[in-house]
Amino acid sequence: MVIDQSKMQSLSDRFVEAEVKGRSPWADARKRFFRNKAAMLGLMILVLVSLFAIFGGYVAQWSNEELDFSVMGQVAQMGQPSLENGHFFGTDNLGRDLYARVVQGTRISLMVGVVGAAIAVIVGTLYGATAGYVGGRTDQIMMRTVDILMSIPYMFVLILLLVMFGRSMSMLFLGIGLISWLDMSRIVRGQTLSLKNREFIEAARATGVSSFRIIIRHIVPNLLGVVAVYATLLVPLMILTESFISFLGLGVQEPLTSWGALISEGAGTMNYGTLWQLAFPLFFFVITLFGFFFVGDGLRDALDPKER
Amino acid sequence: MFAFILRRLAVAIPTLLLLIVFSFVLMQMAPGGPFTGERALPPAVLANLEAQYGLNDPLWLQIWNYLVNVVVHFDFGPSFVYPDRTVNQLIANGFPVTLTYGGLSFIAAVVMGVALGVVAAIWHNSWIDYLAVGISIGAQVLPNFVMAPLLVLVFTLWYGLLPGGGWSFSNPSFWIMPVIALSTSYMASIARITRSSMLEVLGSNHIRTARAKGMPEHRVIIRHALKPAMLPVISYLGPVFVSMITGSVVIDIYFSTGGIGKAFVDSALNRDYAVMMGVTILVGALTILFNLIVDVLYAWIDPKIRY
Repeated sequence: MVIDQSKMQSLSDRFVEAEVKGRSPWADARKRFFRNKAAMLGLMILVLVSLFAIFGGYVAQWSNEELDFSVMGQVAQMGQPSLENGHFFGTDNLGRDLYARVVQGTRISLMVGVVGAAIAVIVGTLYGATAGYVGGRTDQIMMRTVDILMSIPYMFVLILLLVMFGRSMSMLFLGIGLISWLDMSRIVRGQTLSLKNREFIEAARATGVSSFRIIIRHIVPNLLGVVAVYATLLVPLMILTESFISFLGLGVQEPLTSWGALISEGAGTMNYGTLWQLAFPLFFFVITLFGFFFVGDGLRDALDPKER
Repeated sequence: MFAFILRRLAVAIPTLLLLIVFSFVLMQMAPGGPFTGERALPPAVLANLEAQYGLNDPLWLQIWNYLVNVVVHFDFGPSFVYPDRTVNQLIANGFPVTLTYGGLSFIAAVVMGVALGVVAAIWHNSWIDYLAVGISIGAQVLPNFVMAPLLVLVFTLWYGLLPGGGWSFSNPSFWIMPVIALSTSYMASIARITRSSMLEVLGSNHIRTARAKGMPEHRVIIRHALKPAMLPVISYLGPVFVSMITGSVVIDIYFSTGGIGKAFVDSALNRDYAVMMGVTILVGALTILFNLIVDVLYAWIDPKIRY
């Protein structure tokens, strides 16, 4: 029997290559993520909504502050969504272009969500990693503080802050940032506790690396998976928080707006037959939340296959 | 157990005191006093008002007085904007309403969420499971401030079945929409948590043993699976409680139910700091108390916890 040399060669090549190349857990995760249909759908929605927020303004025929006097007073009849007069999403009750306002509200809502999550990631990761790594009494005190802060009804405190120091974007960011990192720090601390007795940390310590550098260079990079998943799930929560406050009329101030404020306006006028004022903001709000939840769940499944 | 409760109280009480002091100091730091209105008051009147409310005392004395009033006499002082009403009266008017629909919402969310989750786990990967998962994913993006207008749109404006707002203790048709609006998204989360924890428990060894003994399936589920499966749900109840109290603000505003959320937002818009602080402290106390109950419940159910 003659063995086909070339075939054997290619087979052995494949084995060698496969062994050399290997597959990192990240590559595996990426593959699983891209195979997840719901997550891909979510990612697509998020990309489209972001494009809408960034470039949507260039298409608008009206600015978000202009009043269209031709529809004023008869919004229910004249202010409907139409391509002819340039009000793609119709007008709001004062005759302002709803399309421009939705674009603007989308920007604010997404920005609040991303900034809130970013604060949570930075503060929560450093705080949790420090508490977990240092351990002992410091850890006790740090986590007890988090416990205490968590048992405070933060929404009330946030509204208290907004009312007392004036409603501004920076106050809103600060207020949301103040509470968003608590959960993150707990999760990160738990992860750090399980990491800190591994050999590579011990090796780093044995070679005299300072605690701060160990946290930054060796602990934090190993937390990225958990942090990424949690941050994706945190963004919609921040958006919900901001929308809640804006719905009450305590969030961003006119002429700026956000999804919560737009939904609140639309809900207030729906019995005048101007349903589109509720429908458009609500649509963007709902699909974006769906998008974030799908992507977050997809990331979690991809990074942690046993949790299916 | 007793020592455990005491230890938790030892954390809870300082937390509450801290919250009171924090909100009081915050109020002092805020620009503009409660009496800086559009029209400046004559200096004599202002001085009298400040003396009346004790605003001239040193800060520590003010805090001490407020603390003593709140803790010992349960008195949150007068409202700054409506001098003839006290914060206590405002809270006493609204609280029964909030408690009624809030309590009903809480029960509805827990009972329906757990039922949905358990059913989905028992018939795992059947159409019932898919339906339950579908409902809970859909309901996740319908927070109270989205549900409320949608419910009014359908049930009041289109079909005219339910009153679109207002409150009456004797007529439950006023209660239906607030309860649905407030409980939907939490029901969804509870269903998701219950389903995944129930699936995990159903795959564990003691359930296999129970089945191997020939125990009927419904007994396996009720006697052996339900209790351990409830642990993650119980630890989620604290956050649900907080969010529901917060959500009641939206319900009060949207349905004009007149609960304490209404008093809170009104005071926020009027800068009536006394009422804001009163509500915040009350809510904080309730939250801390509820978390204590949840912790005790958890320790009681979970045999692994040594307190």
